Amino acid sequence: MIKVLLFAKLQEEAGVHEIELEGSGRTVQSVKEQLVQEYRLPSLETSMAAINEEFVKEEDIVSPGDTVAFIPPISGG
Amino acid sequence: MDERRFEITDQPISVEEVTRKVTRRECGAIATFIGTVRELTEGKRTLKLEYEAYKPMAVKMFAEIEREVKEKWPDAALAITHRIGVLEISDAAVVIAVSTPHRKAAYEANEYVMERIKQIVPIWKKEYWDDGTAWIGDQLEQVPYRKAVKKEGEADD
Repeated sequence: MIKVLLFAKLQEEAGVHEIELEGSGRTVQSVKEQLVQEYRLPSLETSMAAINEEFVKEEDIVSPGDTVAFIPPISGG
Repeated sequence: MDERRFEITDQPISVEEVTRKVTRRECGAIATFIGTVRELTEGKRTLKLEYEAYKPMAVKMFAEIEREVKEKWPDAALAITHRIGVLEISDAAVVIAVSTPHRKAAYEANEYVMERIKQIVPIWKKEYWDDGTAWIGDQLEQVPYRKAVKKEGEADD
């Protein structure tokens, strides 16, 4: 299982903060595609991804047990 | 310095406390920045703000920013506290304290830290207006978001 975390606008669009997905050896991109299919998530396109709290690219591989966070444009400060 | 110099809190921030964390005998300057909640943005009146953070990653990114600061200003010490939850007008959302032996580096490093927070730290603010709400992203801040994430070894923009 992989844990997916959604924040801010993405969380509002999905209606949930946390989602569990099946699958191993899949890319961040494939996780995004599944989320778009199941939740639509218009803000996912402009979001960054992080695996285990480190920014990653879409072609990076997600392993079982990983936490994948999708980070819409930030606005701290 | 084993106390936590990088914090996300849902409580009001004590500027004194953040400043104390970087106070050292060898420093001759401490620059403290306080980011506050602004009422008017391009004529639109903010009623309040709500901040959310991906806490553990935000703290990691603060530490990453510290590594960058140490490369540029080896003698600098840094502490950052960012508040989350609902904030009213003029509340402090973030406090950054930088101490250095001489003042120029303290000013420069402090500004650098704020710029980087806006680029790589997963914190979001939601604006509440009379006529609605919105999560704010970098579209208003003019930050090249995707370019902002530097991998180790990559050069500055």
